[in-house]
Amino acid sequence: MVAQNVAFWILAIAMAGAAIGVVRSQNVVHAALYLVVVLAGAAAQYILLAAEFVAWVQVLIYIGAIVILFLFGIMLTRAPMRPEGTMDNNQKIASAVVSLFLFGVITALFVDAYGDKEIKLSDDLVLIGRSGTIASSIFRDYLVPFEVVSMLLLAALVGAVVIARRD
Amino acid sequence: MALNNFLILSAFLFCTGVYGVLVRKNAVLVLMSIELMLNAVNINLVAYSAFHHEVTGQVFALFVITIAAAEVGIGLAIVLLIYRNAHSVDLDDIDQLKG
Repeated sequence: MVAQNVAFWILAIAMAGAAIGVVRSQNVVHAALYLVVVLAGAAAQYILLAAEFVAWVQVLIYIGAIVILFLFGIMLTRAPMRPEGTMDNNQKIASAVVSLFLFGVITALFVDAYGDKEIKLSDDLVLIGRSGTIASSIFRDYLVPFEVVSMLLLAALVGAVVIARRD
Repeated sequence: MALNNFLILSAFLFCTGVYGVLVRKNAVLVLMSIELMLNAVNINLVAYSAFHHEVTGQVFALFVITIAAAEVGIGLAIVLLIYRNAHSVDLDDIDQLKG
């Protein structure tokens, strides 16, 4: 248990720092690279929670596809690489107050609800994270949502081509 | 491992994303902040899945990842279209709907 806790805190501190980097960095490409650190840290947290399939899907889709899409978006919109103006509007203090208040409320709620509940790591948790278990759950219990999501992806694919096409 | 550690980490990531959405002017950076928020939800779902020893949370995390991919694809296409028409992705410049 001690090893997992140490790993959790190292990852959590790295993720928190990188998340602040995403919203504070004045260089768009640096923000995208900070986002990679957050997403990779989340994948490592999934492995700590014995959800290996979700962890590798996270690496493939988020880091492999979504971040590349962001880098393409940055290139195609010619976002300023060097900070000429600021990337932020003038609502910084109000936004910080709102998000800190939200964080306080959510944290108080969690502490009140789950005080010192522990996640018990055991062998059947590893069995749950296997792709076979997840596949039989998707194709048995969640077949209709799965089909809906596949139609959504098709519509998004066609829609992105139609919207972004030059004509 | 305490369940609360994961929940509070995800709450922190979510609130950082909220701050980013409120503060950023560049549309691509706003989309990145939205990714932070979606990712926080995923950590929550997987943590509950491990807590209850139940696979449902992981299945829903996979659905959220899929929808996030579709959202970024469409979002960046819209941003590209705005850039082509307005020659800027500064959200303060895009105020045609303001009365």
